[in-house]
Amino acid sequence: MSEPLLSVRNLSVDFHTARGTVNAVKNVSWAIGRGETLAILGESGSGKSVSANAVMNLLDIPPAEIVSGEIFYEGEDLLKVSYEKHRALNGKKIAMIFQDPLGHLNPVYTVGWQIIEMMTAHGRPADMARARAMELIIRVGIPEPEKAMHKYPHQFSGGQRQRLMIAMALMLKPDILIADEPTTALDVTIQAEVLALLKELQAETGMALVLITHDLGVVAEIADRVVVMNKGEIVEEGSVRDVYHSPKHPYTKKLIDAAPGKGEIKLLDEAAPLLLDAKKLCKTYGKFHALKDVSLTLARGQSLAVVGESGSGKSTLARTLLRLEEADSGEAFWKGRDLISMGRSELLGVRRQIQMVFQDPTQSLNPRMSVFSLIAEGWDIHKLMPDRSKRRARVIELLEQVGLSAEHVDRYPHQFSGGQRQRIAIARALALEPELIICDEAVSALDVSIQAQVIALLDGLRQRLGISFLFIAHDLGVVRDFADTVIVMKSGEIVERGPTAQIFEAPQHPYTQRLLAANLDPDPDVQAQRRAVLSHA
Amino acid sequence: MPGSLRHFIIPSIFRVTGMTKMIGQRAIASLLSLLGLMILVFFLSRLTGDPAVLFLPIDATEEMKQQFRTLHGLDLPLIEQFARYVLDLLQLDFGESLRKARPAIDVVLEAYAWTLPLALITMGLVVTSAIILGSLAAFNVGGFFDRLVSIISLIGASAPDFWIAIVAIVIFSIGLGWVPTSGVGTPLHWVLPIAVLFIRPFGLVVQVVRGSMISALGAPYVKTARAKGVKNLPLIFVHTLRNGMLPVITVIGDQAAALLNGAVIVETIFGFPGVGKLMIDSILQRDFNVVLAAIMVTAVAIFIMNILIDIAYGLLDPRIRN
Repeated sequence: MSEPLLSVRNLSVDFHTARGTVNAVKNVSWAIGRGETLAILGESGSGKSVSANAVMNLLDIPPAEIVSGEIFYEGEDLLKVSYEKHRALNGKKIAMIFQDPLGHLNPVYTVGWQIIEMMTAHGRPADMARARAMELIIRVGIPEPEKAMHKYPHQFSGGQRQRLMIAMALMLKPDILIADEPTTALDVTIQAEVLALLKELQAETGMALVLITHDLGVVAEIADRVVVMNKGEIVEEGSVRDVYHSPKHPYTKKLIDAAPGKGEIKLLDEAAPLLLDAKKLCKTYGKFHALKDVSLTLARGQSLAVVGESGSGKSTLARTLLRLEEADSGEAFWKGRDLISMGRSELLGVRRQIQMVFQDPTQSLNPRMSVFSLIAEGWDIHKLMPDRSKRRARVIELLEQVGLSAEHVDRYPHQFSGGQRQRIAIARALALEPELIICDEAVSALDVSIQAQVIALLDGLRQRLGISFLFIAHDLGVVRDFADTVIVMKSGEIVERGPTAQIFEAPQHPYTQRLLAANLDPDPDVQAQRRAVLSHA
Repeated sequence: MPGSLRHFIIPSIFRVTGMTKMIGQRAIASLLSLLGLMILVFFLSRLTGDPAVLFLPIDATEEMKQQFRTLHGLDLPLIEQFARYVLDLLQLDFGESLRKARPAIDVVLEAYAWTLPLALITMGLVVTSAIILGSLAAFNVGGFFDRLVSIISLIGASAPDFWIAIVAIVIFSIGLGWVPTSGVGTPLHWVLPIAVLFIRPFGLVVQVVRGSMISALGAPYVKTARAKGVKNLPLIFVHTLRNGMLPVITVIGDQAAALLNGAVIVETIFGFPGVGKLMIDSILQRDFNVVLAAIMVTAVAIFIMNILIDIAYGLLDPRIRN
């Protein structure tokens, strides 16, 4: 790389918050050349988006303060140019796309208008902008492009919305595209498509791509070089292959080791007694079939994973088993008694035995309740649990079981990190001494290193307490590490089921094969190999 | 921004199909509440006492009073009076004004001809100025302009209008002699009533616009617009305002309803012959038919306005339309 297109030099940014000053990034330097793909890899809070936001002048100042540094683009320091000049560069020379395209597209304007505006905002005539927008909407593969122009963001699927964001970003053929977690909210197969699209467009236009991500798989799939960030600092940088195969910094090593999907596959204990036996569960919402004849069995101590993409019915399945939704037909025998036809009082008793852990502990834990009341609340409802005098001790015991301690009892959810909050949610479930815990994407929102810890915790509980798990997830790596049996769902139906080893090593159904192929491996060589196979096929 | 502005209005108007059903349901519900309101007001107004006592001279004989009651059907059993009233109403006949010996509805509509422009002009000024000032304050949170707007709006929202009205008369009519003290006739007569009526809704709406725009400006789509290089004015007034308007519309509707009801105090102080003054006078005089007609017309006006607000929601937000 001779002369970099864009270079960030010694950038330090502080955030002044009510609780004091946070050094969001410290002395960060990176550069990118024409046609290159640079990944900025880091977990939440690592400051991986801060430098990109500084490049785009998107930092809110205050609370942010740029303490030092330079950002050079075409011989000028972007931190010193006028607001107006910076505005004129945004979108035209450097464009950006974001993680959540539904939130980042304006809900009250048509996508056509929003895409066209990218050009009209920079003074191009509207008819020219319209023609270019059509061209790009077709290029990114949106069906019925003419109609699509007049639709609103909520009328598209998540993958389509991200394609539209990409179309918008490319309107003025920018030199640099910054993509901030562009595929994190998408299903794996859609993620693979969007990444492939980004790569094709990059090859066509020669633009540089800065990809901000937490996902090693995405880095392996698309990037040439990677910058690894931790706590606001760059701990390592280099080519993707070098960094993956011979990481130098302990943090990088930890991150690579934590990537799921490499552990030993578990075997099912065939002798365990049957707990749950669901037969032909059906559920429709209007004309939409959320569940079609879904049957499954679950034994004591078993960890059964349900995998599938969004809309496949996996959460509906969990909610139906818990009777949070009423099934249209079918039976589900819990220790011989049918959950679906059970009366209210009997159901209350069973609900204690089946607990649930949700995806987002920030939302599933009441922010105004202390950890103690969150965990102890279930005891008031079910009336057969510890004596009031012993409750505190029991809560502490539970917290210790999930890796927290006595000092946390009186704190509130916002005082914890995401991983700690999920531990509290698990302790809350454990408080009622359940026999089955249903985890609905329970680790999806967590950073990989935290994810690995929570998985280890759940597995320990399974072994020590004999708790069974119904583990709903879209991340195949996590499923491979945790489950002994896997069910693959698509459009409300089970398309394949079997022991984990069989599903991962010899998938039968084409959909399972597709799902596995779309799942990104953190090893860049494995990804390169897969791409080679795909392009030959 | 002619292109953006055009888009602000046009595509929405063509796609209200999903709304038609909702508006129909709304209209039916409105008719039912109108009926309930009519029953309530009819019987409640009869509780205020006998009009004959007020209308006739103090020394009127019992015979004269009886004659008056018979003439106006006031001696019939209450239920029968009500039945007659409803039958007349079905033919859009609101009865005669006892005091003015003219159809009650004419008296009311005449007053509305004064109240409606007063309300519309005031609300028009309120909405325009509140949106501009509130949005700019929100864009500049914590800055000097924001603080200035916040203080002014707080004073406006909490100022008692009867006091403002009197002080305004003292200063601008009596002291400076710029505008007449009361009555109607020239455009100058409108200045003080509009100015006084403007203050409180302006204060409230500015604060709601400001709050709503602060949260809308923090939305991710605003970040996208900045990343696109959109200039500040369209960023505020095109990208953000349409989203930020949704909560504001409810408050605007609320304030407009209060004005349609007739600004009783302000109209009385300025001797403005609007519906608020008419209602107070008719209640004091036990002119039942006028009271009823005024309330029914006001209710219809408010229901129509609520439907307009629903339509405005649909026009602003495509997600509501579906």
